Amino acid sequence: MSRKQKKILSRIIVSIILLVAFAFIPLDGYIKLACYLAVYFIIGYDILIKAFRGIINGRVFDENFLMAVATIGAFALAIYEKSGDYLEAIAVMLFYQIGEFFQSYAVGKSRKSIIALMDIRPDYANVEVDGKLEAVNPEEVEIGTVITVNPGEKIPIDGIVEQGDSVIDTSALTGESVPRNIGAGYEVLSGCVNMNGVLKIRTSKAFGESTVSKILELTENASSRKSKSEKFISKFSRIYTPVVCASALLLAVAVPLFRLFVTGVNPSWHIWIYRALTFLVISCPCALVISIPLTFFAGIGGASREGILIKGSNFLETRSKAKTIIFDKTGTLTEGRFEIDSVHHGRYDDRRLIELAALAESASSHPISISLKNAYAKEIDLGRVSDIKEFSGKGVIAHVDGIEVAVGNEKLMNDLQVEYMPCHSAGTIVHLCVNGEYSGHIVIKDVIKQNSKSAIEALKKSGIRKTVMLTGDSSNVAESVSAQLGIDEVHSQLMPDDKVRIVERIINDSEGKEKTAFVGDGINDAPSLVRADIGIAMGAMGSDAAIEAADVVLMDDDPKKISTAVGISKKCLGIVYQNIVFSIGVKVICLILGALGIANMWLAIFADVGVMIIAALNAIRALHIKKEK
Amino acid sequence: MKKIYNIEVDCANCANLMETAANKIDGIETAAVNFMTQKMTVDFKDGVDEKSVMKKIFKACRKVEPDCEIEF
Repeated sequence: MSRKQKKILSRIIVSIILLVAFAFIPLDGYIKLACYLAVYFIIGYDILIKAFRGIINGRVFDENFLMAVATIGAFALAIYEKSGDYLEAIAVMLFYQIGEFFQSYAVGKSRKSIIALMDIRPDYANVEVDGKLEAVNPEEVEIGTVITVNPGEKIPIDGIVEQGDSVIDTSALTGESVPRNIGAGYEVLSGCVNMNGVLKIRTSKAFGESTVSKILELTENASSRKSKSEKFISKFSRIYTPVVCASALLLAVAVPLFRLFVTGVNPSWHIWIYRALTFLVISCPCALVISIPLTFFAGIGGASREGILIKGSNFLETRSKAKTIIFDKTGTLTEGRFEIDSVHHGRYDDRRLIELAALAESASSHPISISLKNAYAKEIDLGRVSDIKEFSGKGVIAHVDGIEVAVGNEKLMNDLQVEYMPCHSAGTIVHLCVNGEYSGHIVIKDVIKQNSKSAIEALKKSGIRKTVMLTGDSSNVAESVSAQLGIDEVHSQLMPDDKVRIVERIINDSEGKEKTAFVGDGINDAPSLVRADIGIAMGAMGSDAAIEAADVVLMDDDPKKISTAVGISKKCLGIVYQNIVFSIGVKVICLILGALGIANMWLAIFADVGVMIIAALNAIRALHIKKEK
Repeated sequence: MKKIYNIEVDCANCANLMETAANKIDGIETAAVNFMTQKMTVDFKDGVDEKSVMKKIFKACRKVEPDCEIEF
């Protein structure tokens, strides 16, 4: 509890004790008035001062002003009617203060709990000074310093492991607690937790440039980018307060005058003034103003815990309206890693064929050769290979154990005038020709990520109307991947700038408010990420470029997170609408009841403070994210 | 030149009012108040004395919200 909160709490307690005491002491006339006035000032002096200052500074119609007018009015009515019922004015002030106290406590508490969740900031770094370890502020550690990270500690700064083996937990960055084995030479990112061994790390970045600082900066600034709902609310509150004040004035003055002069009945001034005062109490727009940004903040906080960084509440809102999602294929839906799918028409044993291909390709660093070598899975004996000739864009011819082996695509086979068997499978086809004789082909495929299919199903279920896949790959590969995943539209054999053009066309074709999201891996796809209504970068851990270009950043490369992100934004927006409807609704009902004389000031206080607390509690729900299985 | 200051403000509406007030001060491009993180981001114009601008901002904010604090 802050100092301010403690002070107000003690004032509330003193006032309640005094009010209870006065109820048992028989007081009369001016003494009674003086006693109650004293309590009134104890509980409400700051409101009165603020209201007075507001008027001087030309800011009438704020809540302090409204409370001051309402309670002074109630006091004046009690004196005027000689009823001696001063309790109501004080009670209104008291309840208002209690409400404000609870609200500031509740909002402060939820604010802090969200921030605590997001706080992955390391507090210190262990640096060796004169043979002793000292904990220093990470900001003071220079690039190239060796820091020591003990088991259980957070890695404070990005760097490269000099010494030590350990397992690290990346869940603070990715939301997924998959332990990673590391040892000397590995690059480690700040924010990960060292789990067992002692690590000595040479820092490669300053603290301010490290992953953890970048993430913190991003999430903390996220709520500064205001969404449309937030803008709507600030506009609404600007109109709402004066309108309510004007209606209160009408109730207090115009209605009695109407009764007096037109209908000729008793104007009953006091009833209408009382109703007008009730009106004023209800009128504070704070519940709306607080609950909307709090909801977005909670949503952003909850998402960041899942390894989903959202750069602003406006994106959360756009995200929930996305109807079309465009995917990049390689690295997004597929692993971007080639594996051998099958071997066809082999004249030798499959393993022998792969062995020959791997050995012939041993000098090449092409992704295809790497996949062949991985499939071979044995140490390559370079002594067995000689006379390697590479034909760029075609393949390789080499002597393996003295036998001539040609490994390559159709073009190489045509050049060698070998009759080859065309393949109907989608993928990259590697033909082999051993000793001038066609010996079969190997089909290599980019592996589809395990979660891609279920991710797309989940997206469709959540209301995404169209899924599109873009790729630079050949059309039969693209068709086969999209058929397996159930993607609606495919564009293949694209150059990088073709992708942007297609993204643009899809955006232009989509109707009105429907939004288009683009999911890519952030490095090659930066232009498309920027162009789309929402750019989502995947596998961005450690990639600054992706964090710059995208609006939503997924730290790991699990496509399932895309639908989680859609779920979060939907839930968040749902809560925002609930809060808008609930708080405006309750206020309007209370205003009507107040005008009809059914609602008294007590209900008015509830309409003001109770609604706000309920809305704040509702907002906190956005923090909790259902884990998808 | 962007700088971030810690602030103390109790209600979200007051934070909005502070933002509006701060944006009327000369010497800055924009000012943004983030109620949730209790921070004010001020983008100063080139070559202004940040201290004196912040004093003006603080004064303007105090006018709309007498309880607020800005650490600068």
